[in-house]
Amino acid sequence: MESIAWMAWTLPTAIFFVLLAATLAVMTWLAIAYPEAERVGILRIPTTRGDRLFISLIMAAVIHLLWIGFAGTDTVATLPVGEGIELSSLWLATVISLVSAVAIFRTV
Amino acid sequence: MDKTVNQKAWFLVLPVFLVVAFSAILPLMTVVNYSMQDTFGNNQFFWNGVGWFKELLDPSTDLGERFFASLWRNLFFSAVILAIEVPLGIVVALSMPRQGWSVAACLVILALPLLIPWNVVGTIWQIFGRPDIGLLGYALNSIGINYNYVSNDFDAWATVIVMDVWHWTSLVALLCYAGLKSIPEAYYQAAQIDGASRWAVFTAIQLPKMNRVLLIAVLLRFMDSFMIYTEPFVVTGGGPGNSTTFISIELVKIALGQFDLGKAAALSLVYNLIIIIVCWIFYTVMTNAGTERRPDKGVA
Repeated sequence: MESIAWMAWTLPTAIFFVLLAATLAVMTWLAIAYPEAERVGILRIPTTRGDRLFISLIMAAVIHLLWIGFAGTDTVATLPVGEGIELSSLWLATVISLVSAVAIFRTV
Repeated sequence: MDKTVNQKAWFLVLPVFLVVAFSAILPLMTVVNYSMQDTFGNNQFFWNGVGWFKELLDPSTDLGERFFASLWRNLFFSAVILAIEVPLGIVVALSMPRQGWSVAACLVILALPLLIPWNVVGTIWQIFGRPDIGLLGYALNSIGINYNYVSNDFDAWATVIVMDVWHWTSLVALLCYAGLKSIPEAYYQAAQIDGASRWAVFTAIQLPKMNRVLLIAVLLRFMDSFMIYTEPFVVTGGGPGNSTTFISIELVKIALGQFDLGKAAALSLVYNLIIIIVCWIFYTVMTNAGTERRPDKGVA
């Protein structure tokens, strides 16, 4: 672990990157196992699953930033686990991002 | 017929993958890690969550104010240089000779500014514009124009913009020239038979044919000007005050000047996101502009 100390890893960012890598791995496997053709959606541009994933991820980043900028990150709930885990309102942005990702995968 | 499937070629991609991993992916991951933490040096980090992003996106904080100020400044700069370089590049391309020895001469002269490294361009203009020893600065002051890019905001902006125009208009001109060269002579002959005016030839033949290269030119110039660092840093150092501090200059000030790695990481991620989005939009428009026009090609 000493050798990667310069990267200043934290558990949350590590989880984030593991999820990201897992998503990419699953999408790669899908692309190999079930090849698909491009299709044209509401943006009127031909997109593949990979394109739609890219748009979803960018949208997620934008949604989170807009949420931080306009709505803030106040605590909205406390989970009754241990001493209580405070839930930031930013998780709502995550939910919105997931919903938008589903919408993007279906319509774009 | 059966094709033999050989996936060994993937190994040829391995060196590129490794290079990209070490030069781009790992550093970018580190930046993400930094953006969530605060540090006082000595490789000790403290969790800060999205605190830096909150500050960055709130114009009432110091970081937010600096970010938005430099962002608008940079967008304005990009808009101005695009508004000058694209029309100017088209005009230059249109007035270039089509054949003979002068073609080569024009191309070489146009290519010269493109070959000069950024910091040298900055140094050239830094000296060129000095009121005491620079040709431009001395001449302007001699004819009664009080020009001093070190103390006057407008002069600093004018210098940086003229420098960028001097450095990069050639790129737009060369791209447009390549687009113009691809137009068959028959188009012009047809236009002549129809008695088309010079303007009609430009709007109906030349401009549509230059469409793709112009998109590439706009994309390249936007990205370059949006990421500009060296030239204004050498000439004005971001001054006077903060008047020519573009985003990358602000970023370096925060990261290396103040050593606020967390703030700088948050800023660079948002900066990166903007660039990725703009790139994607340009790329999508570019590739689809081609596919939509494909059916016309058969008709024309």
